Order: sequence, then C-alpha cells, then structure tokens
Amino acid sequence: MEKIPILRMGEFLLVTIQIDMHDQLALKLQDDLSNAIQKNASKGVLIDISSLEMVDSFIGRMVADITGIGKILGAETILVGMQPAVAITLVELGLSLPGVATALNVERGMALLRRKIDADGADVGSH
Amino acid sequence: MSALTKGESPLRSEHDIVLARQQVRRLTQELKFSLVDQTKMVTAASELARNALIYGKGGAMHWEVLQVESRTGLKLRFADEGPGIPNLDLAMTDGWTSGTGLGMGLTGAKRLVNDFEIDTKVNGGTRVTITRWK
Repeated sequence: MEKIPILRMGEFLLVTIQIDMHDQLALKLQDDLSNAIQKNASKGVLIDISSLEMVDSFIGRMVADITGIGKILGAETILVGMQPAVAITLVELGLSLPGVATALNVERGMALLRRKIDADGADVGSH
Repeated sequence: MSALTKGESPLRSEHDIVLARQQVRRLTQELKFSLVDQTKMVTAASELARNALIYGKGGAMHWEVLQVESRTGLKLRFADEGPGIPNLDLAMTDGWTSGTGLGMGLTGAKRLVNDFEIDTKVNGGTRVTITRWK
C-alpha cells in the first residue's frame, strides 16, 4: 500500500510529501503522524511540501488538523517549503491556515522548531 | 488550434480527483498559462472534482480549450447526477459545509477563476462550469 515515509530525527519527525496525494493517503498520513508523535514522544514535526504543486482545501485541512493533534500530543508542527504559486492560490482560495507555523525551508523550519521548544521549556521552568 | 480541444475525465473514485487535476495541469501547461494561473486552475478543479464525487455521487469533468480571437482559455465543466443543492445561496457562503469539508470548495473555486457558473436542480444533479483565460 502507498505510504508517505516519516523520518525520525532525534526529538523531531520529518515528513517530505513528494507525490500528488489522494484524499485517503492524506488521511493516512495524519493517522501515521499522530501515532509516530505519541510513540516517539516527539517534540516537533516538520512537514516539507516543497514538491507539492497544489494544496487544496482538503490538504490544507489535513495540515491544520495535524497541527492541532500534534499540539495536544505535545509537538509543534511547522510547514516548510511552500511554493509561492501554491501560497498565492491558498490565500485566494480562502485558506490562510491560521495557527499553522510555516518556514521557507527545512533548515529554517528546524531552527524555528528549536526556538519554539526552548521557549516552551523556559515557560514551564518559570512557573 | 491543436487537434484535441475537448475531452472528459470520469469522476468515480478518489483517484480520479488526482487524475483530473493532473489532466488540468497538463492542459494549462500546454496552453502556456503562468505557473500561478496553472496552480489556481488545478486547485479549483480539485475542489470541484471532490464536490462532484462526494456530494454529487460521481460524474465527470469535461474540458474544452477556448480560442476567442487572440485569447486562449480553458473551460471545465463538472457534472454530476447527485441530489443537487437545495439552497444555493447558503452553499455559496464561505465556511458553510453540508459535509466534512472546510466549506471553501464552491466559493474558493469561484475566486480562483475568471468565470463561474452553477446550475443545480434538486434531484437533478449539479453542473459547475469554470473558465480561466490566459
């Protein structure tokens, strides 16, 4: 069966979506990621969509849902590498992905994740 | 004009949504649409193909290359034989959904194209026609 690989990098998970996903595959990725966050006690998830030539409302919803699920399970999600044409189209479609953090590429996404996690750690420590 | 100016793709399964958007990508590339315009048309097609499948219980996407004087365009018609949309005004409201979506399908698709027409009848199916000009 088709599957999108989830790579574990220490306390982070990295997903690179390289194919045009049908809806069930997107939902399966959502399930797989939720399970992987829980199993590995991951603190962060990077979803690289630099190969995606289109994000419609279904994929947008999946990304927003993963972000929400991740938050409940204690992981920050960052969407990285969105192509400009995809970003322009998404906004015009009416999806601004509120609550979803984004970064230009994997490297910046990783740096952002670290900052977010360090900041959270500091918050917890101060209480 | 190229030999093939019209055709259709079935919308019977989820995989057909992927095939429909790939077809629209190919057509817009052949017509030399800009990358942003390609992406808008492909995204609109994806939304409407999904609507035809989920709410309309399946149908087809008909495509046609338009050539009016020096203008080139692509027209797509999504036709289903589903239950139709009882309250079109409501369906054309942002964020309204009768199903599991985000409610961005119809209104979102409309914003991504130059012309948008919808023809629906209760128990008589729905036809959504969109056109984007180069």
